[in-house]
Amino acid sequence: MSNIRDAAYMIAAILFIVGVMRLRTPATARSGNLLAAVGMLIAVVFTVIGASVGNILLLVIVFVVGAVIGTYSSRAVKMTAMPQMVAAFNGMGGGAAAMIALSEALQALGHGSYPGLSQAVPGLFDMLVGSISFSGSIIAFLKLQEWMPSRAMSFKGQNAVNAVILIVLVLLAIYIPFQPSILLDWILIAGSVILGVMFVVPVGGADMPVIIALLNAFTGIAAAAAGFVLQNDVLIVAGALVGSSGTILTLIMSRAMNRSIFNVLFSAFGSKVTATGTSERGEIHPTNAEEVAMLCAYAQRVVIVPGYGLAVARAQQECKDLMDLLSSRGVDVRFAIHPVAGRMPGHMNVLLAEANVPYDRLYDMDDINPEFQRTDVVLVIGANDVVNPDARENPGSPIYGMPILNVDQAKTVIVNKRSMAAGFAGIDNPLFFKQNTKMFFGDAKGALQSLVSAIKEEVA
Amino acid sequence: MHVSLLQELFFFVLAVFTGWSLITKVPPVLHTPLMSATNAIHGVLVVGALIVVFTAAGPSQIIVAALALFLATLNVVGGFVVTDRMLEMFRKSPNEKGQAAK
Repeated sequence: MSNIRDAAYMIAAILFIVGVMRLRTPATARSGNLLAAVGMLIAVVFTVIGASVGNILLLVIVFVVGAVIGTYSSRAVKMTAMPQMVAAFNGMGGGAAAMIALSEALQALGHGSYPGLSQAVPGLFDMLVGSISFSGSIIAFLKLQEWMPSRAMSFKGQNAVNAVILIVLVLLAIYIPFQPSILLDWILIAGSVILGVMFVVPVGGADMPVIIALLNAFTGIAAAAAGFVLQNDVLIVAGALVGSSGTILTLIMSRAMNRSIFNVLFSAFGSKVTATGTSERGEIHPTNAEEVAMLCAYAQRVVIVPGYGLAVARAQQECKDLMDLLSSRGVDVRFAIHPVAGRMPGHMNVLLAEANVPYDRLYDMDDINPEFQRTDVVLVIGANDVVNPDARENPGSPIYGMPILNVDQAKTVIVNKRSMAAGFAGIDNPLFFKQNTKMFFGDAKGALQSLVSAIKEEVA
Repeated sequence: MHVSLLQELFFFVLAVFTGWSLITKVPPVLHTPLMSATNAIHGVLVVGALIVVFTAAGPSQIIVAALALFLATLNVVGGFVVTDRMLEMFRKSPNEKGQAAK
């Protein structure tokens, strides 16, 4: 029986790997996810039929309740809220890893024998890392959902305090195998939960994708550790797979923001307002729908830069309408996608795809940047930090060195914002005060609607 | 100590290398779905949770094991559904004048 189960686990592991492989190109991505899900089903089914099953009623009830809540919440969530949803589910996984380890410890003590080191060590690792991933992900969720302030919050010496907590927890984990006790296990878990909170609270909202990617890798490693605890190969293989691919993904993401991972984690980026005063920036130039309509309707090329503000206002469809209208007049309309537009890499692509904007209109930063000099009108909708010229020109700026979209090189830049409030990273943007920049205030959805109707009137 | 620890480490190391080499040239478009999909894959914790539920005896063991199963189920089911919803979006593109998706 265990041979059949192991064979099923092998098939599951292969399906996970092939699934991730297919997730690397848009055309095959969906089938990749499906294959991985099939692998998961196989692993679950053969776990159930391959073991001496107890508590079957409880098992079914808990599983069904979990599955219903999981399905319902992931179906109901808006596309704009996807990043925090991923964070929440990742946290659940971290918590599960910690509880599996605790459960094993309870059962071993119940039999009067604490497990050997080869199981005790990964078990304690699970309690530590799984709990950090759990509470850290919850904080990431709360920040992205804006149920708590999304800006970076920290106190002086927080990194040192975190380091001390970590060292104490590690020492506790080393001590536990000599004096096995469930109370100490609980203390380890509680301390790790606190550390997870302390670790993510200082990270600003703009950096949250990197943190979620990192915590995702953490949970992967925790799953592998749970595999060592339970001597279960599919947990080891799938966990290690996610742990390493998640780590790479984390590095890729922080590289896209030109920040080292250490900088993201420990600098409390954006927690302090920069000294550069706004007073010397000059005046802004407000504009209205009619003027923007004229500029766009008679332009040869219009580049739209969508940001999170567009997603929040749910104005993707209006964006598409504007594109269709201008295209029908022979205007070359393109979308410039910054690698971290939205709140996760690729998030904006997902949102625009939802509104049926074709792929070939979406340009990555490196492809569109040389084109701005030949662009008549750039329409910045709800984006801020990714078009901030300070990143290029002002070595004193906290985002100096981050690659940006060089929209200020276009003839005219129209910036749609609700107000003059600072962006997600909480820093000034001199773009708004430039001579060739016009500020088009208003909610993205309403502003685009009035723009579309203004163009229709203008050229009728 | 059980005999297969070395074999388990062997699997672990190979899987780490596999994951490492899989993610190199992924377009930024797919970073979010990829993160989401790997998030679902570590939902394999549900297998571990099932095993501890099978063998749980007595109230405290059962509560902890059931909690593990509940959390892991949320992770795995929610993870795959969310990823599928994201990727569903990518399907619709090539219908304009026969343009192929990039």
